[in-house]
Amino acid sequence: MINTSRSRIIVTFTLILAIVAGIIAIGVGGVYIPIPDILSTLFSSSSDTVNSTIIWDIRLPRVLLAMIIGANIAISGALLQAVMGNPLADPGLTGVTSGAAACVLVIMLAAPEYTQFIPIAAFGGGLFAASIVYALAWRRSGISPVTIILSGVAVNALCGGLIGLLTIMYSDRLPAAVQWLNGSLAAKGNNALMMVLPYAIVGWILSFFAIRKANIIRLGDQVASNLGENVNRIRILLSLLAVFLAAISVAAIGMIGFVGLVVPHMARLLVGSDYKYMMPMSMALGALVLLIADTGGRTLFSPLDIPAGILMAVIGAPYFLYLMRKKAF
Amino acid sequence: MFTVDSISIKYEQKNIINNFSFTAKQGEIVSIIGPNGSGKSTILKAVSRLIPYHTGSVVLEGTDLKSMSAKQVARKMCMLSQKNQAPSDMTVIDLVSYGRYPHKKWFERLDNEDMEIVHWALEKTHLTAYKDRPIVSLSGGESQRAWIAMALAQRPKVLLLDEPTTYLDISHQHEVLELVRELNQDMGMTVVMVLHDLNQASCYSDSVVVVQGGEKAMHGTPNQVMTTDMIRKVYRMDSEIQYIPTEKKPRIHLLSTVK
Repeated sequence: MINTSRSRIIVTFTLILAIVAGIIAIGVGGVYIPIPDILSTLFSSSSDTVNSTIIWDIRLPRVLLAMIIGANIAISGALLQAVMGNPLADPGLTGVTSGAAACVLVIMLAAPEYTQFIPIAAFGGGLFAASIVYALAWRRSGISPVTIILSGVAVNALCGGLIGLLTIMYSDRLPAAVQWLNGSLAAKGNNALMMVLPYAIVGWILSFFAIRKANIIRLGDQVASNLGENVNRIRILLSLLAVFLAAISVAAIGMIGFVGLVVPHMARLLVGSDYKYMMPMSMALGALVLLIADTGGRTLFSPLDIPAGILMAVIGAPYFLYLMRKKAF
Repeated sequence: MFTVDSISIKYEQKNIINNFSFTAKQGEIVSIIGPNGSGKSTILKAVSRLIPYHTGSVVLEGTDLKSMSAKQVARKMCMLSQKNQAPSDMTVIDLVSYGRYPHKKWFERLDNEDMEIVHWALEKTHLTAYKDRPIVSLSGGESQRAWIAMALAQRPKVLLLDEPTTYLDISHQHEVLELVRELNQDMGMTVVMVLHDLNQASCYSDSVVVVQGGEKAMHGTPNQVMTTDMIRKVYRMDSEIQYIPTEKKPRIHLLSTVK
């Protein structure tokens, strides 16, 4: 049995851990910066120009970006898992990520002069994929989780095919997109951060309002509608929010798998399935996990900058298999 | 008064229920019985708005349910399915608390009054000692009682139960039905339930509605409804009806299927 005050402590602890990890991550890299120097640069107008340039222009934006996007994808997964009543649901599985990625890639490769539309394209693509999933899965009595997952598989295959086709057609321009396709935060600075941050804040606020609805829908369709809830409307609204959070992340740094699947699962193991704790826990843990993946990627094989998406796949897939073996699903 | 007035239900162009009507008086226990596929559960689902009906109306205390919002309905009526699944780590008290949400706006938290009602519902269902246990650790009968407690926390005027005893063993079946009767007598709550077992329907209800082929075949007190004729016609079984002096309700003794 999960004790609520214990859950609260774990969430707070994880949040503090993520912040501490963020500060440490600012220090590590090609140039090592000790923690006191980081803190003095962050909290006072230090005159050390080399350190402050490294921190403010390179490390801090990247660290924040990793944390924000990790939180986004984890929340997106947590929402989809509630909506579909299935712990396997995540933005990757439902086709949202690949739908968004396919649309972004069209702009990146075929129309590079329109890069400012990448976020809109990502949302459009994610929404398109999600709508197809819902259109296929919609039945008179509502949406069944099984059909949603099956149609997600089909949408994923379609978008994967489209991505493959684009990479072959525009193979001359591909190098620019390779980092992005693998989910890399390399060379992402304040621009990407400023693009993601406002959307993310809106998404997080909405997510906290979604907690009660997510909890109610977990009781099953009949019980939820019996409590006076419009189940299908909740599904659509929470799905839109999940798509939104996933799409802005894809627009910024590309495809990152497993965060949306593994993080909510870990959160559930730690604080239980009540979204009052599970949602903030997914957020904090998502930030921590992607931060570790990105910082590991850029330091372990330095000077190689391994995309966080690759590291997540390498760590996430075995963990996923381990969960399958334990029959956690 | 709870009135279901000539509702018809279609599924994929096929009529499942035709012109079905019945009335439950305030504080009455009504059982709906009938063979598999007769449409008895479908009626309950339509009445509780889980599936649409095409004609007719459901009227509670003079108000057509269609003119009320889903939340308003949820404050007056509650339906419990045969089997409900709670998230594995949800505690009894958490589950019962959800029954208060129809009375809350989307941003409102549960206050002391809500928690009093939750505790009252736990007490009524004899679950106070179990309140911090996860639902999954309870026995079938206890967990069914927890769901009934959630329904009670909604403070409904009408409680709809869809085969509340199906997945329970015999003593738990009676435990649940006795609880239903107790709540009905203590609070004057109107209960409409679908049952399979004829003796349970006879024993625990004030009136019985018999459904056959999507239509109402009979409606009356257990004494009027439970006849060898009805059982032969509707269930195709031969039977004996026993009247035991110490009991008010008839007992049905099934003999064999009609060859």
